[in-house]
Amino acid sequence: MNRPGSAWGPAGAAGPASAFGYLSTFAGGLLFGLGLWISGMSNPAKVLNFLDVSGTWDPSLLLVLGGASGVTMIAFRFVTRRQRALFGGALHLPTAKDIDTPLVLGAVLFGAGWGIGGYCPGPALTALSTLGRDAIVFVAAMVGGALLHRAYKGS
Amino acid sequence: MTIVNFTPGPALAGGIMIGLASVWLLLAHGRIAGISGIFNGLLFPAQGDTAWRWAFVLGLIAAGFLDQAVFGAAALPGSGLSAGWIVAAGLLVGFGTRMGSGCTSGHGVCGLGRLSARSLVAVLVFLSTGMLTTFVVRHVIGGAA
Repeated sequence: MNRPGSAWGPAGAAGPASAFGYLSTFAGGLLFGLGLWISGMSNPAKVLNFLDVSGTWDPSLLLVLGGASGVTMIAFRFVTRRQRALFGGALHLPTAKDIDTPLVLGAVLFGAGWGIGGYCPGPALTALSTLGRDAIVFVAAMVGGALLHRAYKGS
Repeated sequence: MTIVNFTPGPALAGGIMIGLASVWLLLAHGRIAGISGIFNGLLFPAQGDTAWRWAFVLGLIAAGFLDQAVFGAAALPGSGLSAGWIVAAGLLVGFGTRMGSGCTSGHGVCGLGRLSARSLVAVLVFLSTGMLTTFVVRHVIGGAA
């Protein structure tokens, strides 16, 4: 089902190469989403309390970031030595190294949006499951922001 | 400063799960678990590069359904903000994560894991502007409700 040119993409070039592979990617997303929920990241009020250092500060999210990046710091050392992923295909690692204006300005704008709403992209997508106003409006606006960026880059 | 609702155990456990999921995506499928990047590849699809993205995003959404099925609607509370503030927040997050090539997961969890100086700068910048923005909205403007 993963022949070159099929809807599933070129064999071995675009990630998982079988139905089992896609199930495993789905499971990865599921584990990620459950981690967001257990950690409190998918509660916007808790995120805003983390960012509210001078007011009602909730330091929990330091442990979320520390726990998550602690795991990746250890495991990525071994994973990135591999030539290929378990399900085939190369490792797609970012190559950019420059600390340039778009990186910093983009992070400023993202931080501002995060500091207003308490949503970053992962928790916002997980929250779509509530079919609630907040998640739908936020994700729609996030799509709008991405489209604006494409227009800005194209101009 | 008053410390409130500090939940170190769940925070660390959830963080480790997020880290393990990110390791799994790279080990099994060779992909960086950067949610804004994964999502962006669905908005502007390249041929043959969307199915794994859908699988991952559907997993994220399914996690939300699972939380609510087990723990009720209160498992995923909303923000309590007005629609205008949510639109502003979403636009800034959408634009900023594209311009800066990543969000909390891509630069935070995965970039720090790769010991990327670029990602460290991005994380320090969005953490500090996030804190500054929350300060202005909550304590200067007097709330975003």
